[in-house]
Amino acid sequence: MTALKLENVSVRYKVGDFRNIGLKETVIRKLRGTYRVTEFWADRDVSFTLERGDMLGIIGVNGAGKSTLLKAIAGIMAPSRGTIERRGSVAALLELASGFDPDLSIRQNAYLRGAMLGYTRIFMDERYDEIIDFAGLRDFEELSFKQLSTGMQSRLAFSIACLVQPDILILDEVLSVGDGAFAAKSAAKMREILESGATTILVSHSLDQIRELCNKVLWLHQGRQIDFGGTAPVCDRYQAFLNGEITL
Amino acid sequence: MLQTIQKHRFLLEELVKRDFDRKYKGALLGAAWSVMNPLLTLLIMRVVFGYFFGGAIEHYTIYLFCGTVVFSFFSESASEGLMALVGNAHIFTRVNVPKYLFLLAKNAQTFINFLLTLLVFFLFCALDGVAFSWRFLLLLYPVGMLLLFNLGMGFILSALYVFFRDVQYLWGVVTQLLLYLSAVFYSVDSFPARVQSLFLINPLYLFIRYFRTIVLDGTIPSALFHLLMAFDALAVLALGIWIYKKFDTEFLYYV
Repeated sequence: MTALKLENVSVRYKVGDFRNIGLKETVIRKLRGTYRVTEFWADRDVSFTLERGDMLGIIGVNGAGKSTLLKAIAGIMAPSRGTIERRGSVAALLELASGFDPDLSIRQNAYLRGAMLGYTRIFMDERYDEIIDFAGLRDFEELSFKQLSTGMQSRLAFSIACLVQPDILILDEVLSVGDGAFAAKSAAKMREILESGATTILVSHSLDQIRELCNKVLWLHQGRQIDFGGTAPVCDRYQAFLNGEITL
Repeated sequence: MLQTIQKHRFLLEELVKRDFDRKYKGALLGAAWSVMNPLLTLLIMRVVFGYFFGGAIEHYTIYLFCGTVVFSFFSESASEGLMALVGNAHIFTRVNVPKYLFLLAKNAQTFINFLLTLLVFFLFCALDGVAFSWRFLLLLYPVGMLLLFNLGMGFILSALYVFFRDVQYLWGVVTQLLLYLSAVFYSVDSFPARVQSLFLINPLYLFIRYFRTIVLDGTIPSALFHLLMAFDALAVLALGIWIYKKFDTEFLYYV
């Protein structure tokens, strides 16, 4: 059964120094003709279909449009052209290690994050202790959030995020976090999620990881779809490209 | 839309809580400030303006309170609403949630504050010997319309603030101006009839006058007056929703 279908998806992205400028500055720049917004296609004509349970790896050098494509699939950005059909619930774990609120307590941050990921209050009530224990924060529960180290914060982020049970899971390099013991624990937990049968999309710079986990691979280069297909042939071609044996 | 809100109810509740905690964090009296604040404003205005206008206007404290209770609900909702998108950018750039949730959360919080202040308002009415009647129930109408109006202003301001960061300062000036133009502490009676009708352009004046008509005059505003209020509130709300729909996918680039 088809879980996800992209047809000729193109995403336009805007860049320029138009951020954080005021009304005054905008008007002045428009009058002077120095107001510039550059638009470019972060992704162009990407098409592929995933069946339920498929594991897709997205590969490509920096600037390939991987993150933008993930955001489009997650629904955070809208495709400028083309269509995305999704069957079932989608959870995207993107840039989740940051974005907490330093002024709130650990508990409130955990609940807010859970709510962001689409959990219910009942679910959070039931699993809160488990989250804290998994993150190893039991002894630090009384601290205010800003007193936590960066490592503790990302452990908390992982512990909340790893409870997702979506039909389609989107991952942007969040396979394991932390040092020694937690890295091993989180890698094991991650494997559990990946084996739960959800259709998964994974961006990774580790080709070995892609080869090991994924059954399909999408190769993007400067927004264009170079290849899509079985893991081995696409990865071999990509490896050859990285070694300079073929050019695009 | 109600279904979507139901689906995101947990997030909405957590956002309301967060906004509330953030606002009163470190405040000695905590949430009590939400009631104290409008009361202190009232007290100051009563002392300052009572000297000039108190003699000519009956029940001047209640007259003034009608103005401040409406105005502070509006100005708080607008200034909090302004932050709805920028303040939650870290959320909507990471997960796919409807962006109006942030504004609903802000307004839920200011609405609770308003209701608490309104209780004190009625207490003051009783103390000042204002005659209560069934007509007070009609106050639900301006309250409902004001809620819609505030939501609309929040949509507009929060979207503008994403694109132009100096809107915050401009809005501060506009709020100040509105306070003086809304007959909060003076009466429009001393103006010529032509000028008096100009006040009707200002939606805030309408809400305040509705309160005064019911509470102090003991009469009911005309049907046309009701329509005018509904028109203002719905026009602003429609404009706000239109802006959110139009720029829904654009906000991301500017935060």
